[in-house]
Amino acid sequence: MTTLALLQSIGLVHFLVVGAVLFCAGITTVLARRNAVGILIGLELILNAANLNLVAFERFGPAPLRGTVFAIFVLAVAAAEAAIALAIVLNVFDSRDEIDVDETTALKG
Amino acid sequence: MALASMIPDLTPVLPGLIFYGLSGLAIVAAVAAATAPKIVHAAFGLMAAFFGVAGLYALLGSDFLALTQVVVYVGGILVLLVFGVLLTGRTKAALGLERPIRTMPAAFAGGALLFGLLATILASDFGDGGRTLADLPEPPSTTAALGRALLDPNQYLLPFELVSVFLLAALVGAAFLVRRRRDGP
Repeated sequence: MTTLALLQSIGLVHFLVVGAVLFCAGITTVLARRNAVGILIGLELILNAANLNLVAFERFGPAPLRGTVFAIFVLAVAAAEAAIALAIVLNVFDSRDEIDVDETTALKG
Repeated sequence: MALASMIPDLTPVLPGLIFYGLSGLAIVAAVAAATAPKIVHAAFGLMAAFFGVAGLYALLGSDFLALTQVVVYVGGILVLLVFGVLLTGRTKAALGLERPIRTMPAAFAGGALLFGLLATILASDFGDGGRTLADLPEPPSTTAALGRALLDPNQYLLPFELVSVFLLAALVGAAFLVRRRRDGP
């Protein structure tokens, strides 16, 4: 395929591939980081990948606005999640001087 | 006239150029966020990824969502995360005692997942008829339609109101969690 044809053939699959790569980068971040804030960074990447898929399906599908509305709700949940998670992280740091998730094992059975 | 004919017409390839530029930015930034040894660098990678994804939203015709992404994610969530990094980084990381991230096993798991996802995506038929961005009609501005849809009782009014209660609960909960205890622990 020539470069020109490649540049003219941006379809749904292209956006889904970008979403998949972002999702896997997020999963890798969540698995790799020991820092609780780092895990939050991975979570935000995962939510962004999901939103990108929603918007792409909306654009290439028959129903206008549905994906955008869902993405806005995801955005609201992500904002609340970040605020609550950071409050918890700050509390853990206050009591233990540590946010390494491998070290905070007080609730481990 | 001679000058105009010398410049090639970029209109048919412009969406492709924009797509590859933005998605390249988003992917490189996301991989940097996943692998950067320092958490602050990961936060900045996340910011670049947010901008890339916002551009892709705009390319897909969701103008309102693209702006909301920049305002809420970059202006809100990312600032919150950076505050979290700054408030919790004073001990181990400052002394260089932080243990390195587990890059290899995580990258292996992420790579395997990516392989599976890509194989599934490429093998699936999404019923979009192989249409490209150029085949689709020009999208109308979504902001006004979105506002009407969110406030229409027959569409999304109930989830919209529920989200407002949810956000209030999250606000109260976050304030409660980080309050200063006066009477000891």
